[in-house]
Amino acid sequence: MLGIVRQKMLEQSLKKIPPAVSVLRSYSSAAKQMTIRDALNSALDEEMSADSKVFLMGEEVGEYQGAYKITKGLLDKYGPERVLDTPITEAGFTGVAVGAAYYGVKPVVEFMTFNFSMQAIDHIINSAAKTNYMSSGQISVPIVFRGPNGAAAGVGAQHSQCYAAWYASCPGLKVLAPYSSEDARGLLKAAIRDPDPVVFLENELLYGESFPVSDEVLDSSFCLPIGKAKIERKGKDVTIAAYSKMVGYALKAAETLEKDGIDAEVINLRSIRPLDRSMINASVRKTSRLVTVEEAFPQHGVGAEICASIVEESFAYLDAPVERIAGADVPMPYAANLERMAVPQVEDIVRAAKRTCYRSVS
Amino acid sequence: MALSHLAASASRSSSLLKPLSSALSLRRSISGDNSPLTVETSVPFTSHQCEAPSRSVETNPKELLTFFRDMALMRRMEIAADSLYKAKLIRGFCHLYDGQEAVAVGMEAAITKKDCIITAYRDHCTFVSRGGTLLEVFAELMGRQAGCSKGKGGSMHFYKKDSNFYGGHGIVGAQVPLGCGLAFAQKYSKDETVTFALYGDGAANQGQLFEALNISALWDLPAILVCENNHYGMGTAEWRAAKSPAYYKRGDYVPGLKVDGMDALAVKQACKFAKEHALKNGPIILEMDTYRYHGHSMSDPGSSYRTRDEISGVRQERDPIERIRKLILSHDLATEKELKDVEKEVRKEVDDAIAQAKESPMPEPSELFTNVYAKGLGVESFGADRKEVRATLP
Repeated sequence: MLGIVRQKMLEQSLKKIPPAVSVLRSYSSAAKQMTIRDALNSALDEEMSADSKVFLMGEEVGEYQGAYKITKGLLDKYGPERVLDTPITEAGFTGVAVGAAYYGVKPVVEFMTFNFSMQAIDHIINSAAKTNYMSSGQISVPIVFRGPNGAAAGVGAQHSQCYAAWYASCPGLKVLAPYSSEDARGLLKAAIRDPDPVVFLENELLYGESFPVSDEVLDSSFCLPIGKAKIERKGKDVTIAAYSKMVGYALKAAETLEKDGIDAEVINLRSIRPLDRSMINASVRKTSRLVTVEEAFPQHGVGAEICASIVEESFAYLDAPVERIAGADVPMPYAANLERMAVPQVEDIVRAAKRTCYRSVS
Repeated sequence: MALSHLAASASRSSSLLKPLSSALSLRRSISGDNSPLTVETSVPFTSHQCEAPSRSVETNPKELLTFFRDMALMRRMEIAADSLYKAKLIRGFCHLYDGQEAVAVGMEAAITKKDCIITAYRDHCTFVSRGGTLLEVFAELMGRQAGCSKGKGGSMHFYKKDSNFYGGHGIVGAQVPLGCGLAFAQKYSKDETVTFALYGDGAANQGQLFEALNISALWDLPAILVCENNHYGMGTAEWRAAKSPAYYKRGDYVPGLKVDGMDALAVKQACKFAKEHALKNGPIILEMDTYRYHGHSMSDPGSSYRTRDEISGVRQERDPIERIRKLILSHDLATEKELKDVEKEVRKEVDDAIAQAKESPMPEPSELFTNVYAKGLGVESFGADRKEVRATLP
């Protein structure tokens, strides 16, 4: 009923809320800055504009403009047939989205946080990830599952888990974790264009952060390759591999380490599955030392997989054991001091890097 | 027993007209023709929140003979699968459909290949009614290259996208939201087609079904939910699993129809009605009252929770193939011998297909690594010993 009223209003209304690109602040000669929020919004806008099969589905993505405003303005621009507000029924709407992808349209499903994706995980794994294989290529599933992942601030145990390792262990899925605005734009566009199911792990605390973006990044054809990591900072003494928010922490740790004469190479994984093993191994063969950083629970995690890859491929090159910095092995506490202890801090990364260099950490 | 009317001049005769009237002096050939025939369903439809369709079903000799042949083929196919399983040529799970054939053939008669069907793991006959071949069935069951999923799916994962058959699903109930998603995409694409999402009485209690139904009703999706109620969810009788086993009413605000699932013509009528409804008014539920002769799967004898008398009783009173046979014979559309010959033919077809399937090789080892992705991006994948077996995904 409301949809019909809105449809009529839409026919007369102009774009009331401007798309993200015009929100760019450009300085006279410096690079343009863009927030992650605007990067994601503009990527969705451009991909929806380029391909009429792309549509959005999720709780509050339409009239509310997105729980975290990532989908702001898109309902007004594309209408209620392409931006769909769902009831709070993850299992149901995720199944509906996967079924739509079977038919050949291209859903982008938003989970308000990935904690809620657990209600729909059967559809992500059994209905989406495995179907191309089970059908021997008859039915591909061009779907994207996106939303904030990992710890936020003070939201407690049920709202803070990182699902990178869970989804990345599953063949048939692709799992991406952007860090910068360039990552956000390029990887989301790649995910939407990809014919396979992609889990796109954002970070709530990064949504408001600004990053410089070149004209190339701002172009609507911009796309990043899936499965390739990026060297954010070149170095020669120790490799620090991280994803999402922890890339920023790793870069800060590298600045601190530089003052102590340790030149760290920081790798932004970008892609958890496929994991860019060759780049990580090439880096470790150069530096001989590795620290992995993740916010997630440590056991059976991304860092463990990277460590195994190094041991298998580059054991002879290691001058020190691989160090693993991760979230604490406990459900996320609420109290601020405990919460701080439950996630990695910059000093943890610095300390681990020093350990690999056999430097005193006191 | 069904009362039959003979519409010799396209007008309905009175119910007093006996089947063998003078019009029948024209002997029709075994292949039948399209001259219209009206048959009454075994029982009237029971409806929920809607007007039930008429129990008079339009059909013709050709259709009835096709029903007979197709159901006989399916029956023989499933019985042959039983033997292959016991001979250990089929492994893992094997859920047989014999007894339920009328649902598959009746549904197909009411729709086109542009309409979508999705079902759970009891999918062999639905695959065949969508145009799948016996070779593809048996080869897939035996894990061979000629299988519909090239041997990589197995019994529960038959697909035929070119005729809009979307599987073949192992997780109970998951196929229902998926089916509503197909309906969503049909509406999104403005295709004017519908989706039939089949599920059992066991799956009827799944929460995700109600979530998907809610969404379908809110968004007016052309989704038809078909409960194949064979009265047992594995070993649990419906009254032990559902507080309300009136599955056609469980949609609450969504209309429903209860159908004799052993009567192919009733199924056809209901599906035709449902398609028209769904295109105009959104989702509808069809409950097909049906029965499976086999147990839940080949691992279940099917007699610990039901009596042999019950099974043989249904076979005697309600068997879908026998119903059509009686209809054909009473309308003199074919002789008993001709029908027996059809059964011999399909038996031979099944045997030939099995022989051919046995000739089909198992998949090449390299197939372990194909179709993981539609676009593999050249990434590496690994076997059990990654230092021994690696592959690049195409």
